[in-house]
Order: sequence, then C-alpha cells, then structure tokens
Amino acid sequence: MATTTPDIQRSRRAKSASRPGDRVFSGLSRGSGITLLVIMAAIAGFLTYRAALAISKDSTNFFTTFEWNPAGNPPVFGIAVLAFGTVVSSIIAMAIAVPVAIGIALFISHYAPRKLAKPLAYVVDLLAAVPSIIYGLWGAIFLVPYLDGLNKWLNEYFGWTYIFDKANDGPARNLFTVGILLAIMILPIITNVTREVFLQAPKMHEEAALALGATRWEVIRMSVLPFGRSGIISASMLGLGRALGETMAVAVVLSPSFLISGHLLDPGGGTFAQNIAAKFNEANEFGRDALIASGLVLFAITLLVNGAARWIIGRRKEYSGAAA
Amino acid sequence: MKLSRKNGLRASAIGALVVSGALVLSACGSDNNSETPAKEGGAKTSAAASNIACEGAKGQLLAAGSSAQKNAMDLWVKNFQAACSGVEINYQGIGSGGGITKFNQGQVAFAGSDSALKDEEVAESQKICKTGKGVNLPMVGGPIAIGYKLEGVDNLVLDASTIAKIFDNKITKWNDPAIAKLNPGAKLPDSTIQAFHRSDESGTTQNLGKYLSTAAAADWKHDPKSKSWPAQGGQAANGSSGVATAVKDAEGSIGYFELSYATANKISTVSINTGAAAPVAASSENASKAIAAAKVKGTGNDVALSLDYATKAEGAYPIVLVTYEIACDKGNKAETLPTLKAFLNYTVSEEGQKVLAEAGYAPLPAEIAAKVRAIVPTLS
Amino acid sequence: MSHAIQDRPVATVKRTGSLSSARLPRWSPIAIAAGSIAAGIGIGVAAGWHSKIQWGMIAALLFVLTTYALTTKVEGSRQAKDNVATSLVWVCFVLAVVPLVSLAWVTISKGMEVLDVYFLTHSMNGVLDAEAGGGVYHALLGTIEQVAIATVIAAPIGLLTAVYLVEYGGGKLAQAVTFFVDVMTGIPSIVAGLFILATWNLMLGFGPSGFAGAMALAILMMPVVVRSTEEMLKLVPNELREASLALGIPKWRTILKVVLPTAIGGITTGVMLAVARITGETAPVLLLVFGTKLINPNPFEGAQSSLPLYVYEQYAVGTDAAVSRAWAAALVLIAFVMILNLVARGIARWKAPKTGR
Repeated sequence: MATTTPDIQRSRRAKSASRPGDRVFSGLSRGSGITLLVIMAAIAGFLTYRAALAISKDSTNFFTTFEWNPAGNPPVFGIAVLAFGTVVSSIIAMAIAVPVAIGIALFISHYAPRKLAKPLAYVVDLLAAVPSIIYGLWGAIFLVPYLDGLNKWLNEYFGWTYIFDKANDGPARNLFTVGILLAIMILPIITNVTREVFLQAPKMHEEAALALGATRWEVIRMSVLPFGRSGIISASMLGLGRALGETMAVAVVLSPSFLISGHLLDPGGGTFAQNIAAKFNEANEFGRDALIASGLVLFAITLLVNGAARWIIGRRKEYSGAAA
Repeated sequence: MKLSRKNGLRASAIGALVVSGALVLSACGSDNNSETPAKEGGAKTSAAASNIACEGAKGQLLAAGSSAQKNAMDLWVKNFQAACSGVEINYQGIGSGGGITKFNQGQVAFAGSDSALKDEEVAESQKICKTGKGVNLPMVGGPIAIGYKLEGVDNLVLDASTIAKIFDNKITKWNDPAIAKLNPGAKLPDSTIQAFHRSDESGTTQNLGKYLSTAAAADWKHDPKSKSWPAQGGQAANGSSGVATAVKDAEGSIGYFELSYATANKISTVSINTGAAAPVAASSENASKAIAAAKVKGTGNDVALSLDYATKAEGAYPIVLVTYEIACDKGNKAETLPTLKAFLNYTVSEEGQKVLAEAGYAPLPAEIAAKVRAIVPTLS
Repeated sequence: MSHAIQDRPVATVKRTGSLSSARLPRWSPIAIAAGSIAAGIGIGVAAGWHSKIQWGMIAALLFVLTTYALTTKVEGSRQAKDNVATSLVWVCFVLAVVPLVSLAWVTISKGMEVLDVYFLTHSMNGVLDAEAGGGVYHALLGTIEQVAIATVIAAPIGLLTAVYLVEYGGGKLAQAVTFFVDVMTGIPSIVAGLFILATWNLMLGFGPSGFAGAMALAILMMPVVVRSTEEMLKLVPNELREASLALGIPKWRTILKVVLPTAIGGITTGVMLAVARITGETAPVLLLVFGTKLINPNPFEGAQSSLPLYVYEQYAVGTDAAVSRAWAAALVLIAFVMILNLVARGIARWKAPKTGR
C-alpha cells in the first residue's frame, strides 16, 4: 500500500528534489542503501571467491569425499558427511517439530481456555528467544542421559529397521539426539508464526461450519487448516532455516566423526556448522577457505529452502481464498 | 503538543537511566578474586609470587595450544599476574595442532605443543619470525593418564599391548581374557568398552601413539607422528577436558589425558605393567623418573627432546609427554617480547617448576631446565 | 402492556432419541488422562524400562487410544475423531511444555546455586578451572560492549536503508538492495564469523578484539533490522504522508516528523528483538574474540570475553565447579535476553500505531 505509481513518484521527486533538505536526506538514505549493498555484496563476493579457490585446489571431488584434510598433501576434503548429517538431523527435527507446533498453535488459538491462551502465547514467544548455547548445555547435560534409555528401547524393539539398529554401545550423542534437540529449539518459532496465521482464519467460515453441526475438529479441518497451509509452510521453512544453521547446540551434543552411517543411534557424524566450529582453530589459510566453501554450501541450501518456501506460498496465494 | 512533550520527556528519562546504568556497570566490576572465603590455595600462591621478575612485562599476551599443559599454564599465569600488575596472559587450550597453526599465522605470541615442530612447520614459522625460526623450549612434563570408569574395579592394570588393542577396537569387552590375565581377582563385567579419543589435532595423541608403537609395535601399526587420531572406531571428544568429561560420564569408558584432568574430575587411572616388578601408577614422581631419561635431539636454540617410552625402570611411568613453548628465536613481535621473556623466565625458573609437582605435572630434569634457562634471555 | 413477552427459562426436558444423545461425562478426559498415566508408569515399571520419556510416551499413546475407543462406543465416530483430535492437541501441548519447562527449571535451579552479587561483579582472574569461585563480570561487560557497538553500526544503516526502500524505492538500486537483504537474512552466523576472521583478523592483521565480534554481529543484525523496519514503515497509512505533503511540508521533514514517529514503536521493537537475538549468538564470538579471564573494558584492542562464549568455555572445562558457573552464566544470559524482549514488547504496546487492525 505504500508504493505509489511511477508518475506520481517522479513528479513528487521533481518538485521536492530541489530543496536542500530533501537532497541531503535522500542522499543520506540512498547512501546508506548503497553502503548496505556494498557490504553485503562484498561479503558474498569474498566468500564465493575464497570458496572457489579452495574447491579448485581440492584434489578430490568436493561433494562426495568422506574426509576433511585440507592441510594434507595433496589436500583432500569433501562435504558428503556434513551434508548427510545436516540434512538428516534437520529432517528429524522437522518431522517432530512441525506436527507438534501445529498442535500447539491449534491449542492456543482454538482449544485452550481464553484466559490461558494469551499468557501461553506470550510465553512461547519468549521461548523463541532463548539462545542456542543454553539449549546445547541443557541437551548435553539433561537430554542425552534421558535419551540413553530411549535409544536402548528403540534398538531392542525397532532394531530390525536399519536406522534404529545400534551397532555401537555409546552414549546418546548421535544424530537422532541432535534431531530431537533441534526440534525442541525450532518449536517456538514455528508455533508463533503458525499461531498468528491460525488466529487470522476467517471467523465467518468457522461459525458457518459450526452452524452446520460440525465438530470442532471438523471446523478446523475444513476452514482453519486449508487457510493456514501457506502460513504453516512458511513457518516450517523459518524453523528449517534455523535448524540447518545451528552451530553450538550441535557442537556441544554431537560426538563428531567423519563417517556416514545409516545407524542413526550410533554416535558420530557432523554438520556443516559444527564442522566449522570444530576445525577453524587448526585451519591455516587454505583450511579456512575450505571451511568457507562448506559454509557457502550451507548458505546455498538455506537460500534454496527459503526460495522454495516463497515459491510454494506464491503459488498457493491464489487458492487461499480468504481475503482477510 | 503536551502529549508528545510528555512522551519525549519519558523517553529521554528512560534513556538517561539506561546510560547511567551502563556507566555504573562499567565501573563496578573487579578483577580481584583473592578474597573468596571458599578459596584454600590463596596462601600458597601469594608466597610464591614474591620472587618473580617482571621487568618490562605489560599489556596482553596471547598464546594457544596444548590442552594437556593448560592446567599448569593456568597456575603459572595466576602466579605471574599476581606478581606483575598490568599484565594479562591469555592461553587457549585448543590442542597442539591448533596452537602451532595459530603461531605460524602470527595470531599468538607463543604456542604450547606436546609435539615438537615438524620440518614443514619450522619452514612456515620462518615467514612469521622473519629473521629467525620457531624453536621448541620444553617447559613442563606430565604423565598421560589412561582414565577409566568401571564400577567395582578400582585398580585396573593394563600393559602396552592391551592398551593398543583396546584403542584399536580389537579388544571390545571388559572381561576379555587379556585384561583378566593382568587383573586376577577383579570383577570385570561383560560390557562393551567405550574408548574415547581426541577429535582435534593433539600432541597428547601423538605421544600416546609414539608410546604404543615403541612398546607394543606388533599391536599398534598406525603412524606414530600423527597428531590426529589414526585408528578406527571409538568415539571422539574435543580437547583433554572433553575426553575427561566423557569418561567421567559414561560407564564402561576409557580415555587418555594428562593426569591433572583425571585428578580434577576424580577419574580412576590405570596402572601400567611395563615388565618391571610392579605395575606403575600415573603420578608426577613416576613420570619424572621416565622423563629423566630424555635426550636432547634439537640443535642450537631448539631443545626438542626424544623420550624413552619403552622404559622398564622400576617405578617409571612410561606414557609421558613434555610440552614445549614454541616461540621465535629471533623476530618476535616487539610489543610482546618483554612480557614473553619475563613469563618464560618465570615458568622455567625454580619457583615456576616447583608448582608443577603438586598440580599433577612433572618438572623438567635439571640439565634440560638449565639449557632452557640459558636460551630464554636470548630471545629477541 | 403487561402482556409483554417475558423470557422464561425453558425447563430442560429430557427427551430420549432426539436432538441430544449420550455424551461422555465432562470429567472423562481427566479421568482417562490419569488412568493412562498410571498405566504408563505401571507398564514401564513392570517391563523394567527406566526412561521417563518412555513412560510418558506410553501414557500419551494409551490416552489417545482410550479416548478413541470410549468415544466411539458412547458417542459415535465423528465425535470420536473430534475427541482424538482434542486429545492429540493436548498431548502435543504437554509434549512441548515438558522439555521447555524442564529447560527453564533446570537453568534457574542450577544457576541459582552459584549466582550471587559476587558472581556478577567479579571476573575469573586467578581462579583455576577446577576451583569454585570467580564470576562473570568480564563476560557480561564484553557482551554489553559488543552488542552496543553492533547496534550502533547496524541500526542506523538498517533504518536509513529501510527508509530508502519504502520512501524512495522502486528503482534498480532498490531492487538490488532488496535482493541482497533477502539473501543475507539467511546467512548462518558462523559464516559471518568466518568472514570477519578471514578479513579483519587475519588479512588486515588486527587480531582478536571485541570490535571484530561486534562487526560479525552487525552483519547478522542489518538484514533483520531492514526487514522489520520496512514492515513497520509500510504499515504507516499513506494518507498521513499525503496529508503532510499537501500541507507543503518537504518530503524529508515528512519522513522525519510524521512517518518515523508513527512507526517508532514498531521500529524500536524490531531493533530490540534483533539485539536480543544477537546477544545469544555464540558462533561468531567463538571465532573472533579469543576469550580472556580478565576484565577488558576496551573493545577495540585485545581479547575480550562474552557471555555465551563464557557459558561454552566453562561447559567445555567439565569440572563440577565449572559447569555450575556455566549454568549461572546461562541464567544471566537468559535473564538479559528476556529483559530485552519484555522491554521491546512493552514499547510495542505503549507505542502501537493505531492502524485499525
């Protein structure tokens, strides 16, 4: 609503550009826009340049190698393990967090007693602000011992599925635990956005459904969920973005190793961000470039996720129906 | 209008409150921790502080490297800073490999490393020490304790061969016959051994590797010069403190770290059966006996040592390390040079070496300490 | 007239087989919940499973199944689906509440063991890792300084850029800026830290400092500030701008005196939320400030500490004394972030633009 048509803008600019105050102020704001652009472009450019340097000198395929030794002679490093770890832990996190977040958002917007709903929403809002290192601390000291028992149980009863078969009897410092911890971390964010969307569902539709004798669940299923579908997706992508880039919680909880293993309950593995945090101290200039390259891959994945979310939302906008 | 003026007043009042709060905050902190009622060690350190020469030491000195020597370094820094005001020494225990890398990039004034500089690393150091090169100055030794957590087993005895097989994933259960043979009468459970190793590049790993390839050559065939863990299997943790914490928390686990970490975390340590009359426990005195046999293999200002890991002497603990402080012999940064020399003078002096024994480390043998004491004043 | 129709309460007549049908009693969900929790604990203990998580999961499963079975029998399948949905939603709620409450409870209870005025006003100078004692003042000061510098860098640039995008936007420059802001919103914090490490600390040779950390935090903050300020400025009704321009006020005064004050509540909230977010960022600080045990009041020179870095370092040490200090510092960090959040929301409510939502 704030963008005006080009003609009005042009004539407005023509009249007001003559005043010195306008020139100064528009120059100032334009200048800061340029500054921001230059800073961001410089960052993107520098990172891409150094990453390209590193990848060009990699003696093996950057995307499929299972080792990280950029200081070796010849340098051998690749992100296969990191990509696997990042993707798997994020998938586990999303699989747990999205349904639970939808449930909580429905709870706050439709099921909870009204007096409870507002403070609850406030508390979940605040929980979204808890720093990740604290989740890491709690996860390593509290969650891991609790999940030891769960891991043993999963291994006993579901060990026939490859992923829950525990080959190694270690403590629960594995990708599964990381996935659960990430789920707990991204839950508040997804809940908040989803709750806002559900609250904006058109009351008329809900009341019409109720008038026709629908139960509360049928009302939600027919009018709230379809309306909120794009909001749920954008909220999930927000949460996914955070789970992908999470460094400290993973670094504290995961016991690192450079292997891909389908046994998710075995300690080991690595993610992009955790690898950077672990290896940057020992990295000389070339090692740092290799880490930058892995960081850029992570960045690219996050961009793809955000772009896909925006595309999905853009497509669904035509069908969302409610012009709130 | 009245409304906006009131709001403006309110906003500026809050702003003033915040600014004054910030000013108060920046003035009300204190670096003086010596009056804590719970502190017991205060008296000892103030006595030792009196003989330290501070000439020229001022400002911040950054150092990084071996996590094995971190507890000794903390003690030295505490004493040095108590004696010399205006000095701040920051040591990061990021592992020997990390320390050498940071030193070769000019990020730290000196590095701590349990392994001497390799030839490539010396060549790299010449870019930083423009007129000289990096030299190894041994400063502290210590036993590498093999810590374990096993309920009901208090005095575990192992030898080089069993240790090699455990860390190489060849012995996987606690009640393995090889372990039972060395521990008659111990109730060894039928559980899996969780072996922990270092995930970062560690001089402790290298010293353990050198010991295993010397004393158990048939069982440990990995590269002894490798600072990164060479074997398969087991689990990794970051830093000596990471491995120590992991062993402290997991039942049935075993790991390796300098003795001070075992003491701080109350972890039981293994006694080593070297072929001498009785198994040797990990302690400062026993480590000193092994380090006494060290020979200088470096030339000129470089005092790199070669240790005898296969010692069968009575009461000598064979798994030992010596940590070097790596600095330029010529070409150190001018701003930090006086502080560097004063600090290293203190650490290699008699008072500096005296505090090591109580802390779970081994002081340097007399001739080696004398050599280092002669070199430190010549650093430039 | 006294024959006005009066509302008389209609006597409830119980009629069988008509509009109302059998319903489960109102206390049934609580009873089923209590029963399933008891059964969950019972089965867990009987089978020898020690993990409370498993007991909880069994109880939740029993709750849902029992609700479905009972409701189908008494009320019919549509109501059964509704009740299952309700019970699932309640289970989700409990499932989420338990870890989050546990987090808050553990942080507060363990943090309070060591937290006191001494802890807040002293540094770690002279305290060995395994000893108790010391404090968090140096880290607190470091965080405050780094966050303040980051805000001073990022907030004006972000604000003015958002003003440019909304008020003067539409050209190629604005499109490029929007594109890059979109891209950089998603930058992982550790990559921002790597950038500053490679350029400022190493290439330019400045070494670690609080300022380097502040720059990385500013990089993270700028896109967020631009986005939220843009949203707030777009909420200002166009009529206000046009009215001001119609009165002959130049554009720059319109923006300064009409648009910005209207949106100032939302802008402040946005900036403070961004500040709260970067306060908790450990990754860039881990790479850039080196960490120290002493108070360093100069953020431009020399190593500094930071609250999240302190938590991480103390946790890594691993001794009981150090982990207690880590919890206390975590409590201070959470309190700091929460206070910022609460103040931000307070300002938002105080100064909410009346846009008739």
